[in-house]
Amino acid sequence: MTFSDIFSDPMVREIVFRALTVGSLVSLCAAVLGVSLVLRRYSMIGDGLSHVGFFALSVAAALGLGTTNSLEISIPIVIFAAFLLMKLTESGVMKGDAATAVVSTGAVAVGVVIFTFAQGSMTSDICSSLFGSASVVTLTDKDLILSIVMSVLVIALYLVFYRLVFSVTFDEGFAKASGAPVSFCNLLISVLTAVVIVVGMKLIGSIMISALVVFPALTAMRLAGSFKRVIGIAGAVSVICFVLGFFAGCLLGLPTGPCVIIVNMTVYALCALCKRGN
Amino acid sequence: MSRILTCTDLTLSYEKQAVVSELNIHVDEGDCLCILGENGSGKSTLVKALVGLIKPQRGTVIYEGLKRHEIGYLPQQSAAQKDFPASVEEIVLSGTLPRSMGYIKKENRLEAEKNMELLGILPIRKKSFAALSGGQQQRVLLARAFCAAKKLLVLDEPVTGLDPLVSAELYSIIEEKNATEGLTVISVSHAPERACHTASKILHLGGGGAQFFGTADEYLASEIGQKYLCADDHHHHHGERRKVQ
Ligand SMILES: Nc1ncnc2c1ncn2[C@@H]1O[C@H](COP(=O)(O)OP(=O)(O)OP(=O)(O)O)[C@@H](O)[C@H]1O
Ligand SMILES: [Mg+2]
Repeated sequence: MTFSDIFSDPMVREIVFRALTVGSLVSLCAAVLGVSLVLRRYSMIGDGLSHVGFFALSVAAALGLGTTNSLEISIPIVIFAAFLLMKLTESGVMKGDAATAVVSTGAVAVGVVIFTFAQGSMTSDICSSLFGSASVVTLTDKDLILSIVMSVLVIALYLVFYRLVFSVTFDEGFAKASGAPVSFCNLLISVLTAVVIVVGMKLIGSIMISALVVFPALTAMRLAGSFKRVIGIAGAVSVICFVLGFFAGCLLGLPTGPCVIIVNMTVYALCALCKRGN
Repeated sequence: MSRILTCTDLTLSYEKQAVVSELNIHVDEGDCLCILGENGSGKSTLVKALVGLIKPQRGTVIYEGLKRHEIGYLPQQSAAQKDFPASVEEIVLSGTLPRSMGYIKKENRLEAEKNMELLGILPIRKKSFAALSGGQQQRVLLARAFCAAKKLLVLDEPVTGLDPLVSAELYSIIEEKNATEGLTVISVSHAPERACHTASKILHLGGGGAQFFGTADEYLASEIGQKYLCADDHHHHHGERRKVQ
C-alpha cells in the first residue's frame, strides 16, 4: 500500500479514518491516565486488565458473539476486575504487583481454556485478540461510536476531577488526612483505565496495550517538570506516535500495534539520550 | 479554651503487635502538643491514627467542632515523592483542594501565594519539585500543610535532615502561626529542649509502654523527661567539647 492508495480509494479512506479516530482517542486517554498510574507504581495494572480483557473475549467467543462484537461483555468484566484489584490492594490482602500478577495470569489461563472449548482448537481469534488486528477492517460502526463516547467520557471525567487526581497521585496520605475522597478517586482511575484498555485492545492487542499507558508517561516525565505539562506532553506524544506508527504499519504491511509501540519506544529512547547529552 | 481532640484508651497495632496501648490524651484549641520518643516508639503511628489514616484497634479518637478538611498534615518523608514531576506551585495549591474540589479559585491562589511567601519559596514557585534540595522540598510540603490547616496542623518530624539554622527558622514560623493565629499544632519532634520551651503539652512515648502526658513543666520534673533531656544535654556538651579541641 502507498500513501496515494490510502487517500484515493474512498472505502480504504473510510477505514483509515476510523482507525485513526479510535486509535488517537485511545492513545490520548491511555497516556493521560498512564501518568498517574506510572507515578503511583501501578504501571502493570494496564497489563493485568488487558489479560482480563482477553478472558472477556474468550467468554464472548464461548457465547457465540465472536470477537468483533464483544465490547458489551468485556467492559463490565474488566471494570469488575479493576474494582477487585483495587479492593485487594487497598485491604492489604495482597501487594499491588502481586495482585496484578495473580489476576492477569489467572485470567489468561482460564481464557485460553474457554477459547479452546468454544472453538475446538486455538484459532486466529486468539491470535488477533492477543496481538491486535492485523487489519483494521474489523472496526464496525458500533465500535467507532462506542470508542468515541468512551474516550470523551474518560477525558471529561479526568478534567472534572483533575485536582483530586493530582493530590491523590502526589500524596495519598495527605489527601486522605484532609478528607479528600481517596477511595472514590482510586475507583475512578481503575474504572477509566479499564474502559481505555478494553477499547484499545482491539487495535493494539492485549499483550501490548499497556505500552500505550507507560511509554508516553515516561517520555513526558523526561521532558517536563510540572504535572500539567507532563499530562499535556504525554497526550500529544502518544497521539503523534500512534499516527506515525499507524501509517508506518499501513505502508509496510505490518500490524498496527507493534509499529505504534516501536515508534513510542524510539521516541522515549531519543528523549532519554538527548536529556543525558544536555 | 474548648476541647477539639480527645483520645480515649487508644490502642494501635500492626497485625496484633500493639505499638501504642491504652493512650489517653486531649488537645484544646490553640494548644501546641509535642510528641517525643525514641525511634520506633510509635509516634508516626499515633499521628496517622489522629488524622484518620489508621483505624484504632481499641479506643477512640474524637474531634469536636473540627472537620476533616480543616486538618493540615505533614507526613514523615516518603522516598516515592522525591522525583515527582510537579511544580512547587501545583503542590502547594493541592493543599487547598479539600475546600474546593472543582477548579482553582482566586482565593485558593492567594492562599497558596501567602504561604509560599511565608516559607520563602515564592521565587522558586515554577521549579520542579524533583529538582529541589531536601530543605526546599520540606518547605514546599509545609506550605501545602499550612494551606490545608484551617484549625489543626499535624506535623511528623518537620525538620528532619535540615541544618540547624533552617530548622530554627521553620520552627519559629510554626510557633508564630500557633501564637498569633491560634492554630492548634501537634508536632512530632526529636528536639526535647525546644519542645519544652514552646509546647503547651508534651506526650512522651517510651519503649515498652511507658508514657508521659502533661505540661512542659511537669515533663521537666518527671523521671522519664529527666532521662531523655539528660541524654540530649550530654549529646550537646559532647559536641561542644569536640569543637574546642
Ligand atoms: N506498616 C507497618 N507494618 C508493620 N509494622 C509497622 C509498620 N509501620 C511501623 N511499624 C512498627 O511500628 C513501630 C512504630 O513505628 P513508628 O513509625 O510509629 O515509629 P516512630 O516513633 O515514628 O519512629 P521514628 O522516630 O523512627 O520515625 C515500629 O516498631 C515499627 O516497626
Ligand atoms: Mg516516625
